[in-house]
Amino acid sequence: MNYNVNEKGYYGEFGGAYIPEMLYPNVEELRQQYLTITSEESFQKEFQQLLRDYVGRPTPLYFAKRFSEKYNTNVYLKREDLCHTGAHKVNNTIGQILLAKRLGKNRIIAETGAGQHGVATATVCALMGLECIVYMGEIDIQRQAPNVARMKMLGATVVPATSGSKTLKDATNEAIRDWINNPVDTHYIIGSVVGPHPYPDMVARFQSIISEETQKQLLEKEGRENPDYVVACVGGGSNAAGIYYHYLNQPEVGIIAVEAAGKGIDTGESAATSALGKMGIIHGSKTLLMQTPDGQITEPYSISAGLDYPGVGPMHANLFTSGRGEFISITDADAMKAGLELCELEGIIPAIESSHALAIFNQRKFKKDDIVVVNLSGRGDKDLNTYISYFNL
Amino acid sequence: MNRIVEKLNENKKIVSIYFTAGFPELNDTVTIIKELERSGVDLIEIGLPFSDPLADGPTIQKSSTKALQNGMTTQLLFDQLANIRDHVSIPLIIMGYFNPVLQYGVEKFCAKCKEIGIDGLILPDLPLAEYQEHYQSTFEKYGLINTFLITPQTSPQRIEEIDQASNGFIYMVSSASTTGAKQGFGDEQKNYFDRIASMQLKNPQIVGFGISNNQTYQAATQQAKGAIIGSAFIKHLENHGTSNISNFVNSIR
Repeated sequence: MNYNVNEKGYYGEFGGAYIPEMLYPNVEELRQQYLTITSEESFQKEFQQLLRDYVGRPTPLYFAKRFSEKYNTNVYLKREDLCHTGAHKVNNTIGQILLAKRLGKNRIIAETGAGQHGVATATVCALMGLECIVYMGEIDIQRQAPNVARMKMLGATVVPATSGSKTLKDATNEAIRDWINNPVDTHYIIGSVVGPHPYPDMVARFQSIISEETQKQLLEKEGRENPDYVVACVGGGSNAAGIYYHYLNQPEVGIIAVEAAGKGIDTGESAATSALGKMGIIHGSKTLLMQTPDGQITEPYSISAGLDYPGVGPMHANLFTSGRGEFISITDADAMKAGLELCELEGIIPAIESSHALAIFNQRKFKKDDIVVVNLSGRGDKDLNTYISYFNL
Repeated sequence: MNRIVEKLNENKKIVSIYFTAGFPELNDTVTIIKELERSGVDLIEIGLPFSDPLADGPTIQKSSTKALQNGMTTQLLFDQLANIRDHVSIPLIIMGYFNPVLQYGVEKFCAKCKEIGIDGLILPDLPLAEYQEHYQSTFEKYGLINTFLITPQTSPQRIEEIDQASNGFIYMVSSASTTGAKQGFGDEQKNYFDRIASMQLKNPQIVGFGISNNQTYQAATQQAKGAIIGSAFIKHLENHGTSNISNFVNSIR
């Protein structure tokens, strides 16, 4: 079985482009052009150069010695937290802004949850001198104030999404509505592997630099390209798609996806889509999503704004239903504890999103000689307020 | 013959009204439909509310949220409509987003529509290709007409394709916008209306989005077969409830 997208835009039975006709010309233009444009030599040259000189790639693959000792296995951290802007999100925004320029677009819109994708979008818009509008849920604006300030400093307009649960789902709705109202001059930079085809594949390809580097770095350090496991947190799933990408069709590499259980899967306050979701349509994609029996999309909950999404990218939905991926859910409490533990053991303050991935070592045992690569997708600076109030620091 | 086709064959311009089922009150559905027919409306689009209506502006979003809070569900709507054909004879269309239909079960949904006497569906986020590959035969089995949208950005080639795939009317979105966003028509719309009229499509076109009064109705129907009023009617319901519906309709035509 192949776990990449097929020519019709599907991963198994998930994916497609369930969009109103108003979006068809834009999405179709992207579909027809994204592979051609991104494989052009001039595109690749500019993309690679910016990833190196501006983002700071390659990011280190760091052997977490004390953490490994504690859990009696071998844990490498892929240090996406060291990317410019503080998370992996910028890999994708660099790629999409170069694509947008080549499509002749001069106005950029984006949605954001934790604010990391919004900051990464505002950053590349400043870099390229393009107008930038970021939609962000009203609740997220409150809990991620530093990132809102960053976006403003970078010249972006931050528009609060006040409908529904006032979080990432609603910010995405507002961004889609903006695109419907501005179909000609605007490119929508989606931040995750969600949305209508070709977005999930396009974003996954831009993020695939993560596993491409991991292969080379692991070969240097361990004499082998393939770890035994790759681990990542999954909200929409872009950092996960990045660390899985070159391992998707290598069955000897275990794929572990970590979702946010929130206050617990059965509490009604959770964002663990694989456990609670059912196939449906969200934001133009057929995928697993949390919904009522009547097909109304329900409001998720997680302490981490970046995982607070009721769906999951179609690639991940397929990894789950096919059994290729092992899905684990982690509560707020366990994630917060794991985040603090990484600070104490390794001197690294992780984003709360990434802390979910680190928390699995308390639940799931690995063999002593296993090599486990965890994608440390972002740094915790943006979460300081949450850490402070949670631990009474 | 399907009631939509029958209506389109009449030599007159068509007023179609959209409303969100379950708004302003949960059990207003049948009252609104009866009042609309009595007021001389030609076609009714019954909105099945959805939590995340991507193509809709604030007015219809709010009405959908309210309808869901009131307790509207797919099954309840079907229950409310169970005897609707004892009361009205004009064409009825259910308009909504695809996910609630998918969860109800597409075939079960279509069968229920036929049983009640629904004549067609408009599901803006069910794309043409998916429809043709997976659902067309089911829609046809239950005698339902599916209506597709075109916009000013739709390419001539795709308009031809949509025309070929349609067997009722084409829903002509007046401008690049969500519902209820624009007021009045400028040169851009007039050029677009002219361009579509000159294509001599086999299906008549009914213009929607941005029709809120007699002026916009007249402009839209100069060449097109009819016009759809949604957000403006929702606002009327918001302000006046189900009373004076005929005043609203008379102010349009």
